[in-house]
Amino acid sequence: MSLRSKDLTGIKDLSAEEIGLILETAAGFKDVLGRDIKKVPALRGRTTVNLFYEPSTRTRTSFEVAAKRLSTDVINIAISTSSVVKGETLLDTAKTVLALGADIIVIRHNCSGTPHFLAKNINASVVNAGDGTNEHPTQALLDLFTINERKGRIKDLEIAIVGDILHSRVAKSDIYALLKLGAKIRLIGPPALVPDCLKDLGVRIYTDMNAGLDGADVIMMLRIQLERQGKGFFPSTHEYFRNWGLTAARVARAKEDAIIMHPGPMNRGIEIASEVADSSRSVILDQVTNGIAVRMAVLYLVSGVQG
Amino acid sequence: MSKELLDKTDIDRIITRMAHEIIERNKGISSLCLVGIQRGGVHIARRISAKLKEIEGREIAVGTLDIALYRDDINVRKEQPVVRRTQVPCEINGIIVVLVDDVLFTGRSIRAAMDAIMDLGRPSAIQLAVLVDRGHRELPIKADFVGKNIPTSMDETVTVQLTEDGTKDSVVLE
Repeated sequence: MSLRSKDLTGIKDLSAEEIGLILETAAGFKDVLGRDIKKVPALRGRTTVNLFYEPSTRTRTSFEVAAKRLSTDVINIAISTSSVVKGETLLDTAKTVLALGADIIVIRHNCSGTPHFLAKNINASVVNAGDGTNEHPTQALLDLFTINERKGRIKDLEIAIVGDILHSRVAKSDIYALLKLGAKIRLIGPPALVPDCLKDLGVRIYTDMNAGLDGADVIMMLRIQLERQGKGFFPSTHEYFRNWGLTAARVARAKEDAIIMHPGPMNRGIEIASEVADSSRSVILDQVTNGIAVRMAVLYLVSGVQG
Repeated sequence: MSKELLDKTDIDRIITRMAHEIIERNKGISSLCLVGIQRGGVHIARRISAKLKEIEGREIAVGTLDIALYRDDINVRKEQPVVRRTQVPCEINGIIVVLVDDVLFTGRSIRAAMDAIMDLGRPSAIQLAVLVDRGHRELPIKADFVGKNIPTSMDETVTVQLTEDGTKDSVVLE
């Protein structure tokens, strides 16, 4: 079996089988990361370009490490120092990058749908590293990998996603992916950030944190984007923490073996208490390591599909 | 036209003989590790290990090796090869690794496997054990322990079926 598309634009476009293939392939790559020589020659001679129109450290670094572990050459283009500031269009930038010999373009952009546009217009593989408020597919895949590693399955698990669902591309990709694999989802947060219409996706919605966490197998925290503060979504960070912050007392509402996840970067004391983030149930650092394995799997699989 | 070349009894006898040869050649099994190439080789490696235990009374580690990422045809294939687990439960440095595969053909898998092993450490030696050698080498590679030499033509296929995969034990030429 292989992927149907040369690109990974979003989880929406993947079938459950394709998600399964990526996760199984990632397990093989995780073996590689545990060795002294953490590198395989699989994509020797190929070139990966990281095209990041938004600031990012962890995702870009993770993609860079993944690409290097597969023996591809990696070129990072930081938009702030590129011709884009001189007015070059996205497609022209991408075509220039292709002319330089890129086989895979990893793109992050503040406009939703940018990777889809690029994928249609160029022959290289395009991997979405986050587009606007739409999707962040590799984050969802690494979350699934981490859950499966700890729980041995995804199906029928009770997953609580807490925070700013409305603006979160991570949450959207997670919801699509988890539903495709048969998990049960509760969304928790302030009404302004977790609108009732999301029910249509087939999830339950809670504004009360304690009720939402009751009996959960997995607690996925989202980062509160501080730039949204003062725009009427929630009164203050202090009050946010009081109502929706993850404290040890609240973790106790979930199942005894529940795991705690966060895509990072964390706001300690705003959405998550330090003692929780550093507890033995936190798998936040596992997520970072698994992110490399999952991104290796994605780069490997998309480069096997002809454009 | 398919023809059964080896049945369950034949395969069992062959594994017994190969186990004895491995012991004889290495003067025991003290610093030995069996590594099966995914997937057929893994089953054969486990069977040899079980036989070694019967003979020497000692458990011997069996590793699994996936060679997908080391293949030389990754750029010419239509589909990416499936990536499976590589788990070698012993320290490879300084020990003898016996690579195990079901069928030895062009030798390209073995070349890939040797590269993969070298990335795991520096064994004192690598030896090769195969259930069937069907000839037609494309690389200068020769097995140390051969179950059965089966001369074939290029358009024939040799299939090793084992109970581990849910079929009966047999080697079939088609």
